[in-house]
Amino acid sequence: MTVEAWTYLFVTITFMLYLYIGWKARVKESSGFYVAGQGVPAIANGAATAADWMSAASFISMAGAISVLGYDGSIYLMGWTGGYVLLALLLAPYLRKFGQYTVPDFVGTRYYSDTARIIAVICALFVSITYVAGQMRGVGIVFSKFLNVEITHGVIIGMVIVGFFAVLGGMKGITWTQVAQYGVLIVAFLIPSIALSLKLTGNPIPQLGMVTSDIIPRLNEIQVALGFTEYTQPFAHKSMLDVLFITIALMVGTAGLPHVIVRFYTVPNVRAARYSAFWALLFIAILYTTAPALATFARYNLIESLHGKTLDEIHTMDWAAKWEATGLLEFNDKNGNGKLELTPDTITSEIIIDKDIIVLSTPEVAQMSPWVVALVAAGGLAAALSTAAGLLLVISSSIAHDIYFRLINPNADEKRRVMVGRFMVIAAVFVAGYFGVHPPGFVAQVVAFAFGLAASSFFPVILLGIFDRRANREGAIAGMIVGLSFTVFYIVGTKANLLFGGFGVEEAWFGNWCFGISAEGIGTVGMMLNFAVALIVSRMTPPPPQEVMDILDDLRMPDHVGPALILDESTE
Amino acid sequence: MKKEEKLDYWRQNIRLIRWLLIVWAAVSLGAGILFVKPLNAISIGNMPFGFWMAQQGSIFVFVVLIYIYAKRMDKIDHDHHADE
Repeated sequence: MTVEAWTYLFVTITFMLYLYIGWKARVKESSGFYVAGQGVPAIANGAATAADWMSAASFISMAGAISVLGYDGSIYLMGWTGGYVLLALLLAPYLRKFGQYTVPDFVGTRYYSDTARIIAVICALFVSITYVAGQMRGVGIVFSKFLNVEITHGVIIGMVIVGFFAVLGGMKGITWTQVAQYGVLIVAFLIPSIALSLKLTGNPIPQLGMVTSDIIPRLNEIQVALGFTEYTQPFAHKSMLDVLFITIALMVGTAGLPHVIVRFYTVPNVRAARYSAFWALLFIAILYTTAPALATFARYNLIESLHGKTLDEIHTMDWAAKWEATGLLEFNDKNGNGKLELTPDTITSEIIIDKDIIVLSTPEVAQMSPWVVALVAAGGLAAALSTAAGLLLVISSSIAHDIYFRLINPNADEKRRVMVGRFMVIAAVFVAGYFGVHPPGFVAQVVAFAFGLAASSFFPVILLGIFDRRANREGAIAGMIVGLSFTVFYIVGTKANLLFGGFGVEEAWFGNWCFGISAEGIGTVGMMLNFAVALIVSRMTPPPPQEVMDILDDLRMPDHVGPALILDESTE
Repeated sequence: MKKEEKLDYWRQNIRLIRWLLIVWAAVSLGAGILFVKPLNAISIGNMPFGFWMAQQGSIFVFVVLIYIYAKRMDKIDHDHHADE
């Protein structure tokens, strides 16, 4: 069978599976729709969280980005996993105990303020819409690369699938589909990685192969010979301070992302929330520790296969010709010496490799069977669809629950609330689809926004809301506004040329004036400002009312202390 | 649970969180970034140790930290139940 036939087969089978699960998990009540009836076991929620979290970017682009950045790619590895420690220790158990439906629910109740709730809703919407546009695009790209379907049609197919199980099953449908999607994506990531590890290092476990074989010293040697810095050389692309601040912003941003936090509302109790964070990070770590090994192997393999070859030699390799046709791989013998040479400078380099092809092309470069190639396509789709589904629910609940039910019509009955929820999912699917088909030119740039905003708004107010009894309405609102405005101002200013290029803005308004910290890392500074302002303003204004103090006392005690403890022993 | 017990429970929780977060920062921000250069002088297998911490070691430690937290909290929960 050809690659294309295999891909159609795998994509069809996995899509049927998702639809079947979505149909089985359909719900009627609002608690089922928004928080899966709080009945998801810890391990299943861990797998769902992992799929929710690992997006098209984690699956397709991250290993590629690391293979280009070498050591400096560690920002993604530590940043996108370290946040789970913060989430598990500082946020998840207490938010589960609080037990409402959304993050703005917590902010609005803890700070007894509709203003705080509305600011939180706006942040949640902005972060989620930014993020979901990228996922829909990812779906479109996988369809067009592997199945020769138009990107637009690919996006529409993706919209229909996600819309189906999200509208019917809400959070419950999404959760159980995500569990299946985790299975698909992890198998699809591991099989080619193991095969490549076996081929290059003789060890089937990529994490071990990277340490025990001499691949790292050899890669360092080749890099230096070609004029690059050593692969393991720290701070070759970014300063130490920038690496530090970006890593912290990604960690804190991860812990503050609404679609991740809300997953911890779906488990039965506080204890399950703690274990579920463990399972989530364990499942994520399987991919995240494999990715740097794959990055090393793929870089070594690509340089060895391509560098110094003639154009004719390269065209005898099927995969090279195929990826050249997509424009993600470029060959051009610029100096006319008959050989293609890879150099650090993109202007003189005769081989240009797009970071997105590292994972997608691995099976072909390593000459694996066509079904492995097809599996990777199905895995990329699983990663993109599962993240998109989680985001759509946040967008839907922000409007249907936080705005409609909490602010406009608090008397709405169950039936109406679920109906509004379903309707908002459909609306969100259309918004996401629109951005997938007509991506704003700056999608890659606005990802910095998503993490920066989550880091500078949600994380500090939730943390203080739990750990600082004195934190009050005035402090939280002032903190969020200062943290957010500084972060937005800095990102927009340093990226003005990319954001407003269409409006004739040719240069950034200012450089990285804040200690040379880039837009990706500025969320850390925004977070510090938010903390500082919130702490000071809280002390200068009246303390929170007694009801809020009582909620806080209750929040700090797990619900199962007391007789329920014995019953809970089995939930691990 | 009485008020003093609740306070005690919360203090034990905070102490545990503090220790785990110190380790969290030490392995990632410390070993993985601030001290990566001196640590690279040491090797683990064929890899510089600082580089390994940044791309592998810190992630393994993160998983273990969350597991320790869940397990230790089970014990703290249990102790306070037993004290009732």
